[in-house]
Amino acid sequence: MTARSTAREEILARMRQALDGAGAAPGSPRAYRRLLDAGTDITAMLIDRLVDYKANVHHGLAAIGAALGGAQRVVVPADLPADWRIGGAEFVPDTGLSTADLDGMDAVLTGCAAAVAVSGTIMLDTGAAQGRRAITLVPDHHVVVVRREQIVGHLAEALPMLDPTAPQTWISGPSATSDIELQRVEGVHGPRRLDVVLLDD
Amino acid sequence: MSAEPSFVPAASLIPADAPFPKAAKVALGMPQLRKNLAHATGTIRAKRAAVAGELDDWEALRDAAAAIKADVQHRLPELAVEFERNATAAGAHVHWARDAKEANEIAARLVREAGADDVVKVKSMATQEIELNEHFEAVGLKAYETDLAELIVQLAEDKPSHILVPAIHYNRTQIREIFDQKMGDAPAGLTDEPAALAEAARLHLRRRFLSAKVAVSGANFAVAETGSLVVVESEGNGRMCLTMPETLISIVGIEKLLPRFTDLEVFMQLLPRSSTGERMNPYTSVWTGSRGGDGPKDVHVILLDNGRTNVLADEVGRQALSCIRCSACLNVCPVYERTGGHAYGHVYPGPIGAILAPQLEPGRHDDLPYASSLCGACYEVCPVKINIPEVLVHLRQQGPHQAGEQAAMRAATAVMARPRLWRAALRGARLGSMPWRRKGFMRRLPWPGSRWTVSRDLPVPPKEDFRDWWKERGR
Amino acid sequence: MPRVALFITCVNDALFPAAPKAVVQILERLGYDVDFPEAQTCCGQMHANSGYKQDAATLASAFETVFGDYDAIVTPSGSCAAMARDQYPHLIGSDIGDHVYELSEFLIDVAGVEDVGARFPHTVTYHPTCHGTRALGLGDKPMRLLRAVEDIELVDLPAADQCCGFGGTFALKNSEVSSAMLADKCRNAAATGAEYLAAADNSCLTHIGGGISRLQHTAGAAERRGPRPIHYAEILASTA
Ligand code: SF4
Repeated sequence: MTARSTAREEILARMRQALDGAGAAPGSPRAYRRLLDAGTDITAMLIDRLVDYKANVHHGLAAIGAALGGAQRVVVPADLPADWRIGGAEFVPDTGLSTADLDGMDAVLTGCAAAVAVSGTIMLDTGAAQGRRAITLVPDHHVVVVRREQIVGHLAEALPMLDPTAPQTWISGPSATSDIELQRVEGVHGPRRLDVVLLDD
Repeated sequence: MSAEPSFVPAASLIPADAPFPKAAKVALGMPQLRKNLAHATGTIRAKRAAVAGELDDWEALRDAAAAIKADVQHRLPELAVEFERNATAAGAHVHWARDAKEANEIAARLVREAGADDVVKVKSMATQEIELNEHFEAVGLKAYETDLAELIVQLAEDKPSHILVPAIHYNRTQIREIFDQKMGDAPAGLTDEPAALAEAARLHLRRRFLSAKVAVSGANFAVAETGSLVVVESEGNGRMCLTMPETLISIVGIEKLLPRFTDLEVFMQLLPRSSTGERMNPYTSVWTGSRGGDGPKDVHVILLDNGRTNVLADEVGRQALSCIRCSACLNVCPVYERTGGHAYGHVYPGPIGAILAPQLEPGRHDDLPYASSLCGACYEVCPVKINIPEVLVHLRQQGPHQAGEQAAMRAATAVMARPRLWRAALRGARLGSMPWRRKGFMRRLPWPGSRWTVSRDLPVPPKEDFRDWWKERGR
Repeated sequence: MPRVALFITCVNDALFPAAPKAVVQILERLGYDVDFPEAQTCCGQMHANSGYKQDAATLASAFETVFGDYDAIVTPSGSCAAMARDQYPHLIGSDIGDHVYELSEFLIDVAGVEDVGARFPHTVTYHPTCHGTRALGLGDKPMRLLRAVEDIELVDLPAADQCCGFGGTFALKNSEVSSAMLADKCRNAAATGAEYLAAADNSCLTHIGGGISRLQHTAGAAERRGPRPIHYAEILASTA
């Protein structure tokens, strides 16, 4: 037997022995919420939570240019809708750009897979208009477009919208740390600026 | 000439191998340490309470989390194999490590096979537990910590003192000094503004992130149904490590398994609110094996036992394996708040450490289950409802006892189990304490009573006790 | 007339007759017939929590023998009630703990009263003891009873939910940490300016009272440096 299979078999055997006589697994009570109260204005809540964690919020397609600020070179996923490329920046489609290329970008513009109102979380799963993970990580400024139907109230509603085996990034505000005296301060290694553009439909 | 550092690595002052009471005494004598801890834990307690209070189903979430984790423990062999199968199908290489040594050796071999001699690291308790950095150092490899607090601790040549914020024992002024003196490339005129310190860390690590070949991480969750791993973080150093290098090695305790992807709907509500007091942490990464053109090509997972199956074997103690390392129990613990983490002499300090360390390493850390007043504040906040006081008492009942204490307890039982002897003992105590009656209290007792009277007076038995009074009423 | 048994606890038996006396007075005022089984000694909590399971089981069985026939056992101790309720089931397989009531539980949940007809014209601050609050889940029951007392002035205790550092043998084994916790509790108690510090457990009050008494001695102060410890049952019994 190889060392690996020995270790595997031994650990599994230890587990089985430890559980000898442990009986059946207990049931899992799931009496928690999966939805917010009917009538909750989830868009308003999403905006409130985004702003609370220092993201900037904009409305409508036309606001993309403003959201990009003064960015000159903006990397975009190759499948980004053409009508999102608004403003005077140069939009560079990601066709396998090198890390150095990405490091030279001022911003990244993408869509998302879902947005969760209750926690102000934008979810990416590298699906349509999102691109690979590196493009939303290396540039210091991330502009993300959220369509109205992508907004849900609760985390439990968002998970089924994701591709569970695709690489995912859940983003709640710009990069931050609580490591100094347990106070949250924005801005470490991830994009230090997060702008969210909400589209009505 | 550089200024004398005003920070001193706390771990160098607090004896790690000393019994808890002794090490705690040293920590209690460090006023700056106590101030930093009280400030930080006070801040986070209030934040946690506020965001937990926002959810009207908090208790239902805790119940669900506890039940899911209990289910995982009951089905651990099956879920581990399911995870292995799905991760492998998605292109990951799954390894198994019985102990720290085996895990370290596998990791070091993989680093060499990738043609690297250093790695960037995401903060991970499992790698601290197995002392991966020390092992790498010994075999000529170098691990660079990238989490801000870990970086601070590594630069200061200190040891972590908290499971979430390893540098919790330093304040901003001390952190500035550490950066200034140890970082090498700290910006000139660095201030102690947290934002400036974060910026310094960004600059310091940026090049390393963009050029690293290999990263080492842990995982907060491992999803059996999909073979996915989940890392929860704030700064983006995790995303950097998980995305940029070509090789990723994740060391994952077997207790981190979850049956289903949707179980995250429970844990990802509880964890951020309990740990940093946020509704959601800034970044959560989920990955499943390797995916062409996106992220590391070589993805390895080392499933780690290292004592966990010992813990699993204890019916009462196994609930410690439910821990999601949120650190809420540390932050509310009145003992931890006053001693900090180093006094516990283990990578897992505080209430969770007091029940986990002695189970992971049986026979060592027998003093830790006593490092608690059993006040129950930990159980009250634990998002997965680990009944820490129950396990503490259980472990005390398993552990060895000091002979003198055992004799005293036996004697007390013998008296208390016999009402007549008990009444006689009460009478004896009243007679014996006659000399102090006028004063009303005792101020200086011989050992072990001196352990009490060091800071507290002890009242004297009354002249007339309840039983006298009851009799006089003629019942 | 409903009958209840009184479990005074070993600590009160040895040191503090006033609290159990007060319980008798309150219950009789409400029309209960109180029994004091004289063979009672100790619930076994110190043994169990110090790691002596067998000894604790011996004492738990003795408790069950003494109190087994009563429907209601009232005790002026949150931690002893919690011991019976939480630990007896797995210690000796007994559910007698379901019949053991900490005083405020009995008064509010069984007797259904909040106003027990007391008067106490003093300033009082209340320390919610850990086992009473967390293990037993007393919530604000003792406070509700105190709020109904005539002429009492209640003052909030800063950081009230923090443990005083007693913890049974913890105070001896980890004397330094315990003392540090106690010092903060005493400082907060003194800061209230209250005349009395009330609680539902005389063991914790022994600890806090012992600390305050020592502080006063160390400071060499003529006037008191903190409130006097008092079991809240004594306040409820008072009609002064
Ligand atoms: S024991 Fe509970 S509170 Fe403590 S770190 Fe683990 S999950 Fe968090």
